[in-house]
Amino acid sequence: MNRFAELLDRLAYEPGRNNKLRLITGYFREVGDPDRGYALAALTGALSFKHAKPALIRDLIAARTDEVLFGLSYDYVGDLSETVALMWPKAALAGHNNPPPPSLSEVVTTLRTLGKTELPKQLERWLDELDETGRWALLKLVTGSLRIGISARLAKTAAAALGDKDPHEVELIWPGLSPPYLDLFAWLEGRAEKPVNRDPAPFRPVMLAHAIEETDFAALDPSDYIAEWKWDGIRVQAVAGRDERGHVTARLYSRTGEDITGSFPDLVPSLRLPGAIDGELLILREGRVQSFNVLQQRLNRKTVSPKLIKEFPIHLRAYDLLGDDENDLRELPFAERRERLETLIGELGDPRIDLSPTVPFTSWEALAAARADPASAGAGEDSDAVEGVMLKRRDSPYLPGRPKGQWWKWKRDPHIIDAVLMYAQRGHGKRSSYYSDYTFGVWTAGEGGDELVPVGKAYFGFTDEELLQIDRFVRRNTTEKFGPVRHVVHEPDQGLVLEVAFEGLQRSPRHKSGVAMRFPRISRLRWDKPPKEADRLETLERMLKAEAVEIEA
Amino acid sequence: MTTMRPQDILLPVAAGLCCKPGGFHIDPVRPVERAVITHGHSDHARAGHGAVLATQETLDMMRLRYGENFAGSTQAIRYGEEIRLGDVKVKFHPAGHVLGSAQVAVTCKDTCIVASGDYKDAPDPTCTPFELVPCDVFITEATFGLPVFRHGDAADEVKKLLASVALFPERAHLVGAYSLGKAQRVIALLRQAGYEAPIYLHGAMEKITEYYQSRGIALGDLRPVKGVKKAALAGTITLAPPSATSDLWTRRFPDPVTAFASGWMRVRARARQRGIELPLVISDHADWDGLTATIGATGAGEIWVTHGQEDALVHWCRSKGLKAQPLDLVGYGDEEESETPIIDETEA
Repeated sequence: MNRFAELLDRLAYEPGRNNKLRLITGYFREVGDPDRGYALAALTGALSFKHAKPALIRDLIAARTDEVLFGLSYDYVGDLSETVALMWPKAALAGHNNPPPPSLSEVVTTLRTLGKTELPKQLERWLDELDETGRWALLKLVTGSLRIGISARLAKTAAAALGDKDPHEVELIWPGLSPPYLDLFAWLEGRAEKPVNRDPAPFRPVMLAHAIEETDFAALDPSDYIAEWKWDGIRVQAVAGRDERGHVTARLYSRTGEDITGSFPDLVPSLRLPGAIDGELLILREGRVQSFNVLQQRLNRKTVSPKLIKEFPIHLRAYDLLGDDENDLRELPFAERRERLETLIGELGDPRIDLSPTVPFTSWEALAAARADPASAGAGEDSDAVEGVMLKRRDSPYLPGRPKGQWWKWKRDPHIIDAVLMYAQRGHGKRSSYYSDYTFGVWTAGEGGDELVPVGKAYFGFTDEELLQIDRFVRRNTTEKFGPVRHVVHEPDQGLVLEVAFEGLQRSPRHKSGVAMRFPRISRLRWDKPPKEADRLETLERMLKAEAVEIEA
Repeated sequence: MTTMRPQDILLPVAAGLCCKPGGFHIDPVRPVERAVITHGHSDHARAGHGAVLATQETLDMMRLRYGENFAGSTQAIRYGEEIRLGDVKVKFHPAGHVLGSAQVAVTCKDTCIVASGDYKDAPDPTCTPFELVPCDVFITEATFGLPVFRHGDAADEVKKLLASVALFPERAHLVGAYSLGKAQRVIALLRQAGYEAPIYLHGAMEKITEYYQSRGIALGDLRPVKGVKKAALAGTITLAPPSATSDLWTRRFPDPVTAFASGWMRVRARARQRGIELPLVISDHADWDGLTATIGATGAGEIWVTHGQEDALVHWCRSKGLKAQPLDLVGYGDEEESETPIIDETEA
């Protein structure tokens, strides 16, 4: 555990990608099986333990420390594991025969088999045995939230480097592997053949797009690209494959590879032909795509009732094919995969699955026009669910991650309003000492004249430099403090105006203002603008479309 | 004989901590007639007062920073020396924070209040060790007043630095440290650990470091980094004000490893925010254990808490049956909190 803790600690501070890779690869080389395999699992997020929830950690620390002191410390540090690791008061250890600190494998295998009732005692023992860094790493591990700036991709790349392999090769076989990855390391060290993925319906790591900027277009040739609508739904991978007995198994994965089949049983019968479809999950009513607000009501439900299925009929809009019955198609050019996809969708002939249409264009100007008005450019009545266009190189292979220059997303311009900063709260993690969470409001008529009513919260959109500026402003203009929340001056002539961009608006009885924003973020700081010139609630109400659905309270 | 209420002796006002019966302010943030200064950091020692009472070292540091005419008149006082001001007696005791730092004991009738300024109870080769002063009311700082702050042994942190220097002989090590106190302590600790190579200094630390040497503190071979060739800095250690370690100035170093010697480095997010690769937990302030142990040992029944995380320390005191309250001194603490340079750095 100590060697792993040391690795995490160094990684947490190391900014350079190459140095991070060197550190991880060095660790894999130096540490044997099965510890290194569990480390790889931890770094790629492949470990999870049922009972080690943050609430348990809180109980442990509560039993040993003062509640108020813990609360203040947690507010300051902004990270539960680190707070507990730092303030953990070790029990006086009896005698000199203290047990050695546990190894990573010991921790992982113990956690897997341990009953819920034994877990607290075990964690306590380990916390007493480990030093500060060890405690921190242990808690990060058992709560499954390493968050040390290492992507799963980077960890796999470091593993690949151990055997001078292309990281892409590791990605391709990854879904069939499991911790502690003995077969993977054996292959990487030249002691065994490459592992084969035997899952009939495996997840394939998704390919993502870059947001396109004005300046990017000059270097791009329209004829190299195929355009599609960017749907405001949920990106999914729908995979069907034959098992050894020839039966078709179908699964639905989220973009991160989470199996979400159970939430959409109504789609499974439609996935009856083998294939791995990349597409968008949408709600269709009478052939029309519904807004994201509607889809949201179908998501994250613990139980999927027949009523829910009936009222929110699920639909898959397909845009790519990553594999068919036998073949991995990911190395083929996109244009060719798209042809095969069209064939498959035709063969399926299923009302729940259709093709995401392409958007014909000959110049960037023409595409800009289509993006500005999807309704008359082919999206028709579905245009409300279009949030922009996607550009995909005709010759692009399907590459995991966000490869440069292959796919672009070009979103429609967001809505913008000027709002006034009202409250600020300290962030968590990296931003724990900064006031980085902002509640903002707009003007509305109140009993004693105009007053500000909160309309949303934003945590991002600003640069690091702007964060420092807002943080300084908050500290100097605090009118009241309530725990971690500061009331910031917001008068007609005193205060800070934030330009807030957002994707959509909906009615919400939960908010005092009656409206809720989707995906709000700070787009500019308007130091130049006095708060009295900020927008009014009436402006937002005008933006609200008549058909917007009320979300549940 | 009547016992005075403590707040009749010392009371926080806009200008600072005011002693009405003595006719002076302690570490005032605005110009006052008569100032008693605990130590040389710029948020405590400001220019423009009528008369200033402080240790010789503190007066010298103020002179270095503000020039000859930083006050109308000055009076030096030694540790253990007691003088009468108005109706009170004032006595200075070592605070162990930086060279010349003092706690100020103010006694009026039979009530003794100790304003400890900034202090630490950890060993420091560059200043007189902290002295425990029994009193009725103890005014304590709370810069690191949360139980997550446990500083550990500074010598271990210096070992970490030397291990990194050994590991990366092709890179320069750039150690951010406050110019007054921390820098000299880190140098002295490096020397204690047996590091004898020249140590390089950012221009902003030269004057104050020379002053430390002039007071008989051995710091070994120190050289200005200015004008040294980039390649020659591989494998060396340079000390610089914290702000300089993220500056264009660092481009003169070969692939620098950025370290920062501060109690704040205990919290990972703090180190990461600053882009620190090698956090060194070395503090000139008492940590949580130091604060609570000191408070208990003074025997004071009433504690006034200032300068940092007051809430937690006040809560702790009350849970131990001590009377405690935060002392809201406007103008203190911001400097530490935002980690802006403490001395000379703006001149660099």
